[in-house]
Amino acid sequence: MATEKQEKRPMPPIGAWAPAVALGWLIPGGGHLLLKRTGRGALLMVTITAMFLCGLMMRGAMFTPQNGDLLTTLINTGGFIGDVCSGALYLLSVALNYNQPDMAGHVHDYGTKFLVTAGLLNLLALVDVFEIAAGRKE
Amino acid sequence: MPKMNLSHFEAAFLFSLFVSVVLGVVTKRTDRERFQYGVYTFICFFVALFGLGWLMYLGHG
Repeated sequence: MATEKQEKRPMPPIGAWAPAVALGWLIPGGGHLLLKRTGRGALLMVTITAMFLCGLMMRGAMFTPQNGDLLTTLINTGGFIGDVCSGALYLLSVALNYNQPDMAGHVHDYGTKFLVTAGLLNLLALVDVFEIAAGRKE
Repeated sequence: MPKMNLSHFEAAFLFSLFVSVVLGVVTKRTDRERFQYGVYTFICFFVALFGLGWLMYLGHG
């Protein structure tokens, strides 16, 4: 059984990772492209953008933070954070009024999940960008 | 904006595909490992999809 503790790694300087992470948030895959991981960046860009567009075309709803009981607050605030993680895709779709009201139906429901998941996948990509920029990963 | 009208299976297939690709890209350290993990995740999604589908079908009575 491995009992060795992992060494605590110091936080890299903000200038080393912040531009890549910011670009990665704004444009999915952009952080990887900035760090010269072209193939992975292109794959992330295509996949996350395609997922977001599928969500929009399925007439998925965008979340807005709401107060109420605990479950309502959790779902709506969590969903909003997931949506916002898509960066420019979210900002553009809201600015161009592509955000749909919540409707009943399995396709709309899947669409809403696609939109949130695209943002959450971009969040994973941002963690990857941070690790690459910090020199912890190739 | 065109409208997509997908069945449950088509939507679940697309969801599995997109998530598997991203998980494969961000989790491992070599391209070979990334590809293998992406395929593994996709298969896991499908096993869960069919498993839960049958479970609901049989449990429905």
